Amino acid sequence: MSKVLMKGNEALAEAAMRAGCKCFFGYPITPQTEISAYLAKHMAKRGGVFLQAESEIAAINMTLGAAASGVRAMTSSSSPGISLKSEGISYIAASDLPCVIVNVERGGPGLGGIQPAQSDYNQAVKAPGHGDFHMLVFAPSSVQETVDMTYLAFDMADKYRMPAMILSDGLMGQMMEPVEFPDRENIPAEKPWACSGHKNRREHNIINSLYLKPDILENSVRDRYKRYEEAENELPDAEIYLCEDADIVVTGFGAAARIAESAVNSAREKGIRAGLFRPKTLYPFPKKQLNEAVANAKAILDVEMNMGQMIDDIKLYTECRLPVYFYGRTGGNIPSAEEILQQIEACSMKGEKAECR
Amino acid sequence: MNYSFRKITVLMGHYGVGKTNLAVNMAMHLRRLGSVSVVDADIVNPYFRTADFKKLFMENDIKSFCPMYAGTNLDTPVLDFDMENIIASGDYIIIDVGGDDAGAFALGRYRHIFEKYANNTDMLYVFNRYRREDFSPEEAACILRDIENACGMKCTALVNNSNLGAETDFDTVRSSLAFGRELEKLTGLDTAFTAVPEGSPCDRDFFEVKRMVCMPWERSDI
Repeated sequence: MSKVLMKGNEALAEAAMRAGCKCFFGYPITPQTEISAYLAKHMAKRGGVFLQAESEIAAINMTLGAAASGVRAMTSSSSPGISLKSEGISYIAASDLPCVIVNVERGGPGLGGIQPAQSDYNQAVKAPGHGDFHMLVFAPSSVQETVDMTYLAFDMADKYRMPAMILSDGLMGQMMEPVEFPDRENIPAEKPWACSGHKNRREHNIINSLYLKPDILENSVRDRYKRYEEAENELPDAEIYLCEDADIVVTGFGAAARIAESAVNSAREKGIRAGLFRPKTLYPFPKKQLNEAVANAKAILDVEMNMGQMIDDIKLYTECRLPVYFYGRTGGNIPSAEEILQQIEACSMKGEKAECR
Repeated sequence: MNYSFRKITVLMGHYGVGKTNLAVNMAMHLRRLGSVSVVDADIVNPYFRTADFKKLFMENDIKSFCPMYAGTNLDTPVLDFDMENIIASGDYIIIDVGGDDAGAFALGRYRHIFEKYANNTDMLYVFNRYRREDFSPEEAACILRDIENACGMKCTALVNNSNLGAETDFDTVRSSLAFGRELEKLTGLDTAFTAVPEGSPCDRDFFEVKRMVCMPWERSDI
């Protein structure tokens, strides 16, 4: 049998184990609960470690420790829990350690709510913690893509020696879709830097993020940014849908983009030339693909489940050449395809007016 | 379909087998035979529950009851039903129970009431063969026993609700029938009915269901 019906969260957990994740550390929070629940049930049977830590802060630091020993490690949480992990994420980045961090976003700020949101874009992409660093950010918009990106996140974290985040949301995590797990063999990455016991046969490795001499610290940061540059050249990925002749390009990621796609189809049925640009990697951002997508457009409509976060990047990377309109719902509310269609129609009216002068 | 619904139907099973979709379909079917009440007794799932169908139920004269915090931002598992009154509220009562033994455990508090109506109650164990690749009839039977132990009541029949969400066709269901027969043997229970998508061949064991639990980007069948 090939296809099975799984919740996004369960599928992510299953994919992590299949991708060779050996250690999971978590602390309960809705709506990511099924990730922990699934791994609690299956991890030990498949030769891994599941541990419910005493807090989010403990869990992220356990992830740091496991990653330092060279095994594939993961932690997961939802928005408020990710804020608690931010210090640990910074330490992991500073220690050049690969690991996967899952954020099944919910409404914020504060304790917020348990319904889906995308209000952690800025946190994930701009400032997951203090200091000069980046984290890879993958934004799935289906259960299948959640699975595929989980494999990819582990591989790319290893390749660039940096933390990688799956930026899911309550809708992606809780919904069920048919999914297939790719057949693949995991070839463990060479990790000569790992603190896994030297048996007196080599110099001991040190994993550290404290540098007392500014020059040494500056050099370590500069070296890290060379790897970021490689990632920025190699990794950016996006879905470009019906953009070639589009007057209006809708931009969005994750769940919002999936709903926007349905609105774009309805707009096409009404004779409005609409298209969709959906970044799959949020860091590194697919700048080149964005500019290709909007090459012939008259306007951009950015749709997010927040008050407008990715929109700043859309404006920045298109150098504000086009008007960028925004439609967002927040607090756990999900925009409907009809609402987005109305916005596309409104933008297309504005576009015509601008043309008429 | 050969199976005739009892006054009270309790739907139990592993989470994600499609109990909510089934409950909504049953309600729409039974409203033609009498007055219907649907009870959302799910304390496990924060999203995608029968409480989301309030509007459809109102339009179709179906009474619905949900826990006081359902659909809010309070992740508070509280069941505060006056079950005797609910049972008196319609000709048919459908109770959608939360997934796994955790969901069934909460239902146990109404056990004395269901025992009183035992002759007119079916406790249906709903299964979906496609929940995991290695999902076996043995494991399905094990979940059934966990549920029975948690709520202190016995399941009376099975429902084969094997599906792959929006990709379900009749072949999907047909390929699950052997799994169902295996589960019948293991549990000693009969299959009340098998849920099939619209347009499937007619059969006395089949109950046609539409896709009601939809994503924001889907156009529902309603």
